[in-house]
Amino acid sequence: MKIRATQAIMECLLEQEVDTIFGYPGGTILNLYDELYHYSEKITHVLTAHEQGAAHAADGYARATGKVGVCFATSGPGATNLTTGIATAYLDSSPVVFITCNVGENLLGKDSFQEVDSTGIAMPITKAAFLVRDAQQIPDIMRQAFAVAANGRPGPVLIDFLKNVTAPDQMIDYEFIPWRENRSCASMRSLNASHQLKNTNINQQDVDTLREMIAEAKRPLLICGGGVVRSRAHNEFRTFAEKMDAPVAITVMGGGGFPGAHPLTSGMIGMHGSRASNVAVDECDLLIAVGCRFSDRVALDPATFAKQAKIVQIDIDRAEIDKNVLTDHHIIGSARRVLEMLNEGLPQYDHTEWKQHILPLRAPSVAADSAHLNPQQIMETIRLNTPEDTIVATDVGQHQMWAIKHLHFNYPGQLLTSGGFGTMGFGLGAAIGAQVGNPGKRVIHIAGDGCFRMNCHELCTVQHYNLPIISVVFNNGTLGMVRQWQNLIYGSRFSQTTLDRGPDFVKLAEAYGLHGYRATCLQEVEDCIRQALACGTGAVIDCVLDMDEMVRPMVAAGSPITKFLLD
Amino acid sequence: MKQTISVLVENRAGVLNRITGLFSRRAFNIESLAVGPTDDPTISRITIIVDNGNNMVEQVEKQLNKLIEVIKVRTLEEHHHISRELMILKVTANAKTRQDIVTICSIYGAKIADISPTSMTVEVSDTPDRLDTFQEMMRPFSILEVVRTGVIALQKGSGKI
Repeated sequence: MKIRATQAIMECLLEQEVDTIFGYPGGTILNLYDELYHYSEKITHVLTAHEQGAAHAADGYARATGKVGVCFATSGPGATNLTTGIATAYLDSSPVVFITCNVGENLLGKDSFQEVDSTGIAMPITKAAFLVRDAQQIPDIMRQAFAVAANGRPGPVLIDFLKNVTAPDQMIDYEFIPWRENRSCASMRSLNASHQLKNTNINQQDVDTLREMIAEAKRPLLICGGGVVRSRAHNEFRTFAEKMDAPVAITVMGGGGFPGAHPLTSGMIGMHGSRASNVAVDECDLLIAVGCRFSDRVALDPATFAKQAKIVQIDIDRAEIDKNVLTDHHIIGSARRVLEMLNEGLPQYDHTEWKQHILPLRAPSVAADSAHLNPQQIMETIRLNTPEDTIVATDVGQHQMWAIKHLHFNYPGQLLTSGGFGTMGFGLGAAIGAQVGNPGKRVIHIAGDGCFRMNCHELCTVQHYNLPIISVVFNNGTLGMVRQWQNLIYGSRFSQTTLDRGPDFVKLAEAYGLHGYRATCLQEVEDCIRQALACGTGAVIDCVLDMDEMVRPMVAAGSPITKFLLD
Repeated sequence: MKQTISVLVENRAGVLNRITGLFSRRAFNIESLAVGPTDDPTISRITIIVDNGNNMVEQVEKQLNKLIEVIKVRTLEEHHHISRELMILKVTANAKTRQDIVTICSIYGAKIADISPTSMTVEVSDTPDRLDTFQEMMRPFSILEVVRTGVIALQKGSGKI
């Protein structure tokens, strides 16, 4: 059957069961948007204020729903505005297909209006970047792009269509093939052969070796990493942890992979990890890391990391094995399938003595002083006043660490945070994506004042689509985390980190047609949250904090994991 | 230690860029690189020589394997592959020195590709080490220009990657 090229692009999205797109139109992508007009009943398009917001929204949608996110943008500045969002998705292995259009073939490489080498820019921050110069390739490339984004270790893919490829007179042969079937079609077979897109067979012998190591261990520790979340392996991981009877340290990306309030949780690990988790790393004799790449924020000093332990890494990406920390054993495969195999017939272990040594170190100290607003108390108040399955999207910095340490995440997609790339301004976009993908759930966005200012223009998207997102701004009038480093490491020279400036976030929310609240004491926080939950629109709560609040504990970059700079 | 990495890739625009990008991202220096088509016109073979630690080469090999344009990657074992490089060298030559140059060329199996009253251009294909020595032998005659193709290599025996 012959159909228009742009129609084939839409049909290929439907093949993948895409019903939501985030994006922003422009000159070169007009043909695609014109086609979208005809598909408006089947595909919902969410128009953001800025392409970066659209990129974060598609990423947040993917993280929260487990589906592949889709984002549209035009050439030139449209494409470059996506780059921070693409890199954020890449570093956190989030499956998003970014679709841009470029100038036509006749203008390519001539520094034409709004022309940039989009695939060249995206190259180091995507799993694959396709430049489509021939309309007949559309079905193959669309199918490959989705397969690459979703399979193996997930991640972003860019497809850049030349404008002439999307011209209304371009007709191509097309046959609708649902994604379950099209993954075995001709163009995929070569891809599968070279890249084993299908799940790799897990080596049973590797699993048996690990069982023997487990049987010998006296002081085992588990790390729940982002791979547990991405493969939705939370149930399998929980069974494994309970059978192992071992403490579980959770990385930033692992939030939601293991219940935050579970008796085996030793808390966060790494630079701002709990004493329990970090001491456990130092003293354990077997460390099993599931879907964790031992980044420099976890294995701060690779040479001394888990020095008494045999280290075992379970990861879907062979390139992560021995990259940052040398391991004693590894299993390649998706976390879910490896854990399923491991759990089968795994005996119930008892490590009471070791647990009793480690887990009591976990208890965080919460200041009782209520006249002075402190971050732990705000987090507790949020936790107690919102539904248990509330999705939390954070920005980056102190508030991010407080949120991850003090809120409890119980399922994959409940915590959306930029762990790898550390993108300030990620939170509001991600919250929009999460809310669009989960209309029935409550979504809270936790931000610092610095981060909020970076992308707060997306409040117009919150208002327009009537999304009941509550942004809680931890407003300490400074770039808190940078100030903390300046305080501790740079002799209190606060170079360019004081944000003593507007806008008034309450008035800003109101200007966007949302509700704005301000809290200066704990009681006000609770009142504001209750009002915001009931107000029926999006809301901003401005929580006024002291600028010298710190994230505790803290280990300096590159230091041994138990060498606490701050308790 | 120098290592030879042989990579089979899809023959299309941007692939070479993607591969060299993996090296530059890690601040690896590529010592030599040669690309050309294989028996199958849709597939190219890239031969890369690097002089880096084992760990780094292993990491790059794993990263290369992840690229969808890459079909196969293999680090060739030392002494178990045939490697060759082509060099074209232009040297000053006159009636007095011409015969000496021809003698050295015949020892190395180099061919005279061009000759002028004041110069000779020779071509020689051999292992990189032997090319280095040939170049040293030519130096006293005053070398005018040199170009080398970069190493190409295949493993010994009937095995293929």
